[in-house]
Amino acid sequence: MKLGPLTDTTRFVLFAVIILAMPLWLEPLGGNYPDLLQRFAIYGIFAIGFNILFGLTGYLSFGHAAFLGVGSYAAVWSFKLLTMNALPAIVFGVFFAGILAAAIGFLSLRRTGIYFSILTLAFAQMSYNLAYSVLTPITNGETGLQLSQQDPRIIDSVFIEAGSGLPSTNLFGLKMSGYPGFYFCAVLLIICFYISMRIFRSPFGLMLRGIKSNQNRMRYTGLNTRPYMLTAFVISGMYAGLAGSLLAITDPLAGAERMQWTASGEVVLMTILGGVGTLAGPMLGAGLIKYFENIFSAFNNNVLMEIFSFLPNAVAEIIVPIVGLFVGSGWHLTLGILFMVIVIYLPGGIVEGLSRLAKFAAGERKSSKIAGGNTSPQDQPGE
Amino acid sequence: MDAVLLQILNGLDKGAAYALIALGLTLVFGTLGIVNFAHGALFMLGAFCAVTFNKLMLISTKVEDTSVTLFKAFKEKPYLEIWFPEWGPLLIQYSVPLSILLAIPFMILVGYVMERGLIRHFYKRPHAEQILVTFGLAIVIQEIIKAVFGANPIPQNAPDLLSGSAAIGTWLGLSDALVYPYWRLVYLGFSVVIIFAVFAFLQFTTYGMVVRAGMRDRETVGLLGINIQKRFTIVFAIATVVAGLAGVMYTPILPPDYHMGMDFLVLSFVVVVVGGMGSLGGAVSAGFLLGIVQSFASMTIVKEFLPGIDQIIIYLVAVVILLVLPRGLMGRAGVMDD
Repeated sequence: MKLGPLTDTTRFVLFAVIILAMPLWLEPLGGNYPDLLQRFAIYGIFAIGFNILFGLTGYLSFGHAAFLGVGSYAAVWSFKLLTMNALPAIVFGVFFAGILAAAIGFLSLRRTGIYFSILTLAFAQMSYNLAYSVLTPITNGETGLQLSQQDPRIIDSVFIEAGSGLPSTNLFGLKMSGYPGFYFCAVLLIICFYISMRIFRSPFGLMLRGIKSNQNRMRYTGLNTRPYMLTAFVISGMYAGLAGSLLAITDPLAGAERMQWTASGEVVLMTILGGVGTLAGPMLGAGLIKYFENIFSAFNNNVLMEIFSFLPNAVAEIIVPIVGLFVGSGWHLTLGILFMVIVIYLPGGIVEGLSRLAKFAAGERKSSKIAGGNTSPQDQPGE
Repeated sequence: MDAVLLQILNGLDKGAAYALIALGLTLVFGTLGIVNFAHGALFMLGAFCAVTFNKLMLISTKVEDTSVTLFKAFKEKPYLEIWFPEWGPLLIQYSVPLSILLAIPFMILVGYVMERGLIRHFYKRPHAEQILVTFGLAIVIQEIIKAVFGANPIPQNAPDLLSGSAAIGTWLGLSDALVYPYWRLVYLGFSVVIIFAVFAFLQFTTYGMVVRAGMRDRETVGLLGINIQKRFTIVFAIATVVAGLAGVMYTPILPPDYHMGMDFLVLSFVVVVVGGMGSLGGAVSAGFLLGIVQSFASMTIVKEFLPGIDQIIIYLVAVVILLVLPRGLMGRAGVMDD
């Protein structure tokens, strides 16, 4: 299908190349270390999944962190009980997140708008509070669920002699830390992107967009929208579960704070920042927020002094504390301001900004053609 | 009996804070149609008004310490005590209630600037965008406070006279063991006064009547030649003040830190939605209801019976109410139904 200047195949190939080449082009930007790269990929999956719900149907869930947390817990349990192999962990993470999503979605989707948001928020907060208190035998409460030497690891114990240290997660012998870990996440991210693209282009995706623009009319045509909504919700929950299990695979530890509402808020921010309802937007947003979080928060006054050392000392001494407010531990301030600016001036997120730039560059003559498949659905009646 | 009474008091107290924040939230929603995620940050700003006021009162200078006779010693003495030896210390002691005087004009200013500068551009935008922009604003306010006051909680003291415990049991002829902190009783009383004041303002003044009419049908009121927008801006400022005062008076109960607003915001949102979006009575009653339910759930007997219930009860009640009553306790039809 050709939408805008690119066909879907080129778009997909472009995406795959950009993701896989991340270590190369992030090198000059100071973002080339495996931990950060893994986070880009993982939160990209999370945000892409969230976008399937929010972007297509317009239902704003404030409880997606619960699925992330469940995915993590399931993965760590799979490491503890069965094997250190990553595949079963992913399967369990996605499965349990899917089940939880089906249950929460079944109840929450009875309401719309803010009532839906509050219901999902309530369920997520319940999971969070329970993980901290009553479910401690499963979640290990505040300490977080960790691997230990005494874990049975039924499958591994058959094949491999237990070593002296803690075993590390692997994919059939390939250790899932550092760059191999990133490439594993990246491949999954690309697969997820492909699935999300197929969903966007499918009749199912069209149905979801129909629900977004006018649910009542969809109902008048004799369609029961609930199963479609529930499917979207479950798919999106499974994406979150996958992201959660990947978090556990790259670092086998699961804590309840992953389920807190701030984590749900974060994925909303990522999606909006990048561009709601667009294919690549959520990934962009996730990457940008994680990049800022890691790079900006590492700045301190000494680093800043070095950066501004070209200025006369007196000027630098005034500038550094001011800039210092926005970086280091204060990077949230930058995030908040950035976020407000985006919502106020660019409700379509970065993708809208880019497409406006593209329009500007191409001139008004072609503008109608360049709106592209990546902008909001209203802009592309032909789709 | 004692335990039950104590839990009711506890619940009313917690509920009072929820109700005050929720009242402002729903007032803003009912008039301007804005879902204000920065409301918790306003509560926190109020609390930090009290902190600032206290700091202002304690601006000190070095004076010679006459109690030390062996060598020349110095101590910090607030100017207030030097200038007004009679009632200076008393002023300092009462800094929390007195900081209301600072909080009211400050919060009105904040509310006015926020409404004119930001909120007014979002009337016609989708609720999701309103939530997001105010959420961003909340982060900004929070971080500014963190940069100015640091990340640690700053404890504030209630006046000596009110910092002890009231022997409620003796007053009511029950057991002497039943005591309750004075300040919490003061907070409860204060909240009730504020809530009644807001309701009276809306119910019994001409101004309030116009505002209520505007909430019902904004266009018609506008056609009658009334500048409803200006009144709504004032209502926004009032909501800001209510949140701020709730924060000021809460400081002796909970030492304020920069993220207290977010902690309360989530619960207050649950309260507003349970009460029914845009319904003032609903917000207040849901606030007290959830407060009481929560404190009963944290009784040991209940916890033995249903472990962990105290952690989730608010959300559980919220979920049940929303599933049974689609618009919350007192929500009107046609509000937020889309």
